[in-house]
Amino acid sequence: MLIKCPWCGDRSLAEFSYQGDATIIRPSDPLSLSDNQWNEYLNLRNNPKGWHDEIWQHLNGCRKHFKARRNVVTHEIADTKPMDGSLQGGRS
Amino acid sequence: MQNYSIFSLARNALSHHKNWTEAWRSPDPKPEYDVVIIGGGGHGLATAFYLAKEHGISNIAVIEKGWLGGGNTGRNTTIVRSNYAIEGNAFFYEKSMDLWRGMTQELNYNVMFSPRGVINLAHSDAQIDDFQRRGNALRLNGIDAQWLSRDDLKKRVPLLNMSPDARFPITGGLEQPRAGTARHDAVAWGYARAADARGVDIIQQCEVTGLKIEGGRMTGVETSRGFIAAKKVGVAVAGHSTQIFDMAGIRLPIESHLLQAMVSEPVKPSLDTVITSGASHVYISQSDKGEMVFGGDLDFYNSFAQRGNYPTIEHVVAACCELFPTYSRLRLMRTWGGIMDMSMDGSPIIDKTTIEGLYINAGWCYGGFKATPGSGWVFAHTIAQDRPHALNECFSLDRFQTGHVLDERGAGPVAKLH
Repeated sequence: MLIKCPWCGDRSLAEFSYQGDATIIRPSDPLSLSDNQWNEYLNLRNNPKGWHDEIWQHLNGCRKHFKARRNVVTHEIADTKPMDGSLQGGRS
Repeated sequence: MQNYSIFSLARNALSHHKNWTEAWRSPDPKPEYDVVIIGGGGHGLATAFYLAKEHGISNIAVIEKGWLGGGNTGRNTTIVRSNYAIEGNAFFYEKSMDLWRGMTQELNYNVMFSPRGVINLAHSDAQIDDFQRRGNALRLNGIDAQWLSRDDLKKRVPLLNMSPDARFPITGGLEQPRAGTARHDAVAWGYARAADARGVDIIQQCEVTGLKIEGGRMTGVETSRGFIAAKKVGVAVAGHSTQIFDMAGIRLPIESHLLQAMVSEPVKPSLDTVITSGASHVYISQSDKGEMVFGGDLDFYNSFAQRGNYPTIEHVVAACCELFPTYSRLRLMRTWGGIMDMSMDGSPIIDKTTIEGLYINAGWCYGGFKATPGSGWVFAHTIAQDRPHALNECFSLDRFQTGHVLDERGAGPVAKLH
């Protein structure tokens, strides 16, 4: 699998570290959450079979984190963007 | 069911093996069953078998979208062990081990269970302390464990690289002598045949497309072969658990990940035990056909692909050759992947759900194969009695919310690390 780092271009999977689902946002005030809400944030996952927005780190390269939209069935990557970018494509 | 024995073998030899009957029927689905099991892998088939045998329920359908044992049951590295230290896990896997020991006789089907021992290698002084503590914890729970020194290992596994100059020098090992391997396909086939003999309908090429729920109760499943009514539905579908429970509006603490395994070309017997190394991420055994069977870690990204990437294969092969330099001469024959239902604490979920009559059996991470008989046994109890057995009470679905997680590895809520 080749992954396009937004800064370094296409590089081998071996240089990257997977950091998980990019749609999960840490709650701004954890103490105000119920156990149920905390469980939803911490443990529950959408785990879609198809396009998945996720965070990768170019660990053995520029070491920067970025977002990717990848199809978890075909391993096709539709788009990669810096963390503050907006992913395009996929989801057809 | 035609009994398999030396006499039936001799009798059929006289007729040139032309009169063997099929091992199980392929019936069309009936309109209604007492229990429907989704998933025709080892766990689903074992559940159906124990429902019929232990609980007297035989009006059961096992529905499978592909073919029997075509998922993780036929894709694992066939290792059977019960060396778990946390009590919730320890007694469950011991129950499973008891069932493994009698499985061939119970099913009248040779599952080739081979208790050849499983050895976890230690690679540092700290690991010696850790493994011995673990061994003591196991023995206090009545599970066998024995420490092997470097000298013991040299005698036991002569091909192992014991050089002090190795990348991860071996300092000893912890063995579970009763652990070993079994023929994975035979487990699915044996349970299928024995369940079928007790009246269970096994329906392959039948995909579930929806769950029918009325007033918070299960009433049946929509499938590619029509609607099947059932008040009780057990789900044992491993990597696709999320997709089935999406149909019921239940989110799970599960991510699906990719785990690869591979075999070399077959060679003469060279390894009579199972060697595992956590430090170099590899486990190795030799199949009865002579292939070296090995696997390692996940590919570490979410996937439903059933095929992996080369960096992981390279890593596993490198670890294998580091432990067994001799095997560097072997050619790799096949590689494949399976989709693991990685739970957030590394332990399984076998429980009722918030929907009456819907039961979950999921979250097996790396370890589903060894649990096959125990999983079926407790899941059958959970479905038949509508409450968990004492052995699976701690595998509850709500433990993530209440904080009673079973984190055997101590890795925290990161699915890929379990």
